[in-house]
Amino acid sequence: MATTAAPAPINTPAGTSYAPGEATGIWSWLTTVDHKRIGTLYLWTALTFFIVAGIEAFIIRLQLMKPNNQLVSAEMYNQLFTMHGTTMVFLVIMPLSAAFFNYLIPLQIGARDVAFPRLNAFSYWVYLFGGIFMTVPIFFNVAPNGGWFGYAPLTTMQFSGGLNIDFWVIGLQILGVSSLAAAFNFITTIINMRAPGMSLMRMPIFTWMSFVVQFLLILAFPAITIALFFLQFDRFFGTQFYEIAAGADPLLWQHLFWVFGHPEVYILILPAFGLASEILPTFSKKPLFGYNVMVYSGIMIGFLGFGVWAHHMFAVGMGATADTIFAMATLLIGIPTGVKIFNWVATMWGGNIRFTVAMKFAISLVALFTIGGISGVMHSSPPTDLQQTDTYFIVAHFHYVLFGGSIMGIMGGIYFYYPKIFGRYMSEKLGNWHFWSFFVGMNMTFFPMHYAGMLGMPRRIYTYDIGQGWEQFNLWSTVGALLQGVGLICFVYNFVKSRKRGEVAPNDAWGAGTLEWSIPSPPPDYNFAKIPYVTSRYPLWDIKQPEMTAELTHTAPDAGVIADAHAVPMHEETQYYTAKSLGIPMPFPTIKPFFAALFMVLMMAGLVFIHLDLFWVAIFVMIGSGAAFVGSLYGWLTSPLE
Amino acid sequence: MATADTPAGHEGHHEHVHYTSTGLENRKIAIWALIGSECMLFASLISTYLIYKGRSKVGPFPHEWSCKTSNVVGKTAELVAGCAPADVLKPILDIPVTSQSTFVLLMSSLAMVLALAAVENKGHPLPAGAGWWDRCLASSKFWLMATAVMGATFIGYQSYEFTSFVHEGLTIKTNLFGSSFFTLTGFHGAHVSVGVLWLLTLFAIDVKRGLKGKNDVLLVDICALYWHFVDVVWIAIFTLIYLIQ
Repeated sequence: MATTAAPAPINTPAGTSYAPGEATGIWSWLTTVDHKRIGTLYLWTALTFFIVAGIEAFIIRLQLMKPNNQLVSAEMYNQLFTMHGTTMVFLVIMPLSAAFFNYLIPLQIGARDVAFPRLNAFSYWVYLFGGIFMTVPIFFNVAPNGGWFGYAPLTTMQFSGGLNIDFWVIGLQILGVSSLAAAFNFITTIINMRAPGMSLMRMPIFTWMSFVVQFLLILAFPAITIALFFLQFDRFFGTQFYEIAAGADPLLWQHLFWVFGHPEVYILILPAFGLASEILPTFSKKPLFGYNVMVYSGIMIGFLGFGVWAHHMFAVGMGATADTIFAMATLLIGIPTGVKIFNWVATMWGGNIRFTVAMKFAISLVALFTIGGISGVMHSSPPTDLQQTDTYFIVAHFHYVLFGGSIMGIMGGIYFYYPKIFGRYMSEKLGNWHFWSFFVGMNMTFFPMHYAGMLGMPRRIYTYDIGQGWEQFNLWSTVGALLQGVGLICFVYNFVKSRKRGEVAPNDAWGAGTLEWSIPSPPPDYNFAKIPYVTSRYPLWDIKQPEMTAELTHTAPDAGVIADAHAVPMHEETQYYTAKSLGIPMPFPTIKPFFAALFMVLMMAGLVFIHLDLFWVAIFVMIGSGAAFVGSLYGWLTSPLE
Repeated sequence: MATADTPAGHEGHHEHVHYTSTGLENRKIAIWALIGSECMLFASLISTYLIYKGRSKVGPFPHEWSCKTSNVVGKTAELVAGCAPADVLKPILDIPVTSQSTFVLLMSSLAMVLALAAVENKGHPLPAGAGWWDRCLASSKFWLMATAVMGATFIGYQSYEFTSFVHEGLTIKTNLFGSSFFTLTGFHGAHVSVGVLWLLTLFAIDVKRGLKGKNDVLLVDICALYWHFVDVVWIAIFTLIYLIQ
């Protein structure tokens, strides 16, 4: 320690939603580079978009409630389902996962921040501005309307004139920058900033799954970036990438999109798997069953995820050889995924289970993802898939994996980590209302879709005629959606209210075993006053209940490494200090990432003016904000971090 | 920033040894991750070019002669002999000229290596009786500028190539070859341009306060990794697009 006198703790009433001694006010949020605050910003923003996407889904369900309904026009319906999908994938599930990456990864590996705190702030601001850019057009009836997959040539100027697709193409490019910047940051953080003794095979499983996801991001996003550039060039500069008359391949977009799109599915689900793998052991009072195999299956899922993209394209007629190869690769992914399911069940087996709300969400992930997984294995077979493709059966399948898997897992994560983030528990009573209305509601919504799909109801139709046997299934789905809406209201109320009125949480809110629970709730800005060295996978259980992890190997890192990092044995910290009194250098707050993000988004968005016939305005906006972007970047890179 | 206790309030050039799990600097790991991502970016571009090779319906073509009016395509000039001279489209890729620019770009990697070595060896006194060449080798400013100039020369060649193609009737709108060629080589050119800006920034820092010490070696090192990567990509592009007919 740099200081000689013992630092004095700050005494404030427990249960504030900020760590005491921290700056508050809007400026502190605009200039923050603290990974925990950025994580909190991600959480709030993504939940806001979740409500938007939920309203869109609810309008869709109201429209489909009865045959020949005329609540919304066909054109508006196209915008609604496109924006529901795009929002849920890029503005809700990915950023909710990013909220947990930000908040948890440094805490779980025993670091004081991410590797590049300012880049982290930049990622968030780009996400926020990109999200606004994508969402606002729906209020002017010009929202994207080509589906979340945006198939070209359907989305070229010839078939989709107007601004709708422009917002989609440019919006996705913007969000891609955000995801990629964050991914480079987290890869570096996880590889390089682990506390002494935190070997890769001692990392908490959430960090492991996040690590896999970052690699999926950096390797999958370039493919869609290029596909989007081609589409952008086709729409704005007259290139011919998707021009069939010029000899273009009508499948080029589909291949590039799904080379990204399938790994994207694992980008959405693996963080939720990671959260469930933290929750299940904690409430079963048992270490995760088969940790190593869980890690290897996560890696295997990520790896195989790059070799199965064409199973989204069985209907285009690729030929028997390609179909067979992709079908077999898809079946193979069922193995590591099944291993995970069984390991979660084995984790609970014989455990001392506490049915908290978080635990219920985690268990429901295991159950509901299994249903979605099984229907996934069904249409990995091309002959079966040809019957099911583009029907509501597919809609049922991917809502079971994305809602039943990702959303349920993330909701569990929110109940589980809320006490760490805000220093207070969420209400279990309201949480139970939320859980049961989500659980029953989602099954009521999505299970009948299997039947509607098998009876031939196609996806993406805005209305349907009577007498095809779809009426009662659609009605059930709409009632289920209503129930989910009730659950969402309970959740939002609970989330907002508990910040001030929830029960105050101690350091270790649930009796969990990983590093983030050894520090105060909410954590101080420096996270760890003294970096602990780690000797096992559940270090907190070692000091509290050594008998629980007795069978795991415990080895301390080399003395040289410990001295290098000034690390001390694993301990609990309960007092708040200022970083200054502890002599810990903190990154300066800075507004530069905010402006860099703002100008970059303006630079990319300026292109839209070309299709408003305002060519010189476009040039002016793009060059002006481009120069301002480069300027802020230079200002940022030449100023010291801490 | 990282885990070690370091004095607060440091400015740019102090020597800090932050503890890291691998012993490598964070930025070095990040640049490798970026390069991995860039591989996928260029892989997508190059695959698209190769998929669209031979699918263009109108000329000019990369390696074949063609006739604008009759759409006859052939490997030699004789095949389109019946075509009016004004309508004859030549094979458009000029391998000798592009070989020159390729040579310049490859040599720039050598200069980059020497620039990094010069920064690494700052502070070592020159050996007794050092000649002008030893002094030259020790000048990081010289090699940084040399690298940037060679990169800019490559961009100059590319601008010449692009304008001459446009004069011969190939634009980004003409056919699939034009679209995929200009996009692929344009993306590469943009990467070289970013690299040149990066090198000039390093040069400016070197002029202003001199690049030396561990942190500055890292600054040059990550730029060098990026630069070599952009070079390697060009080797792939040159081979696949220009040399293989």
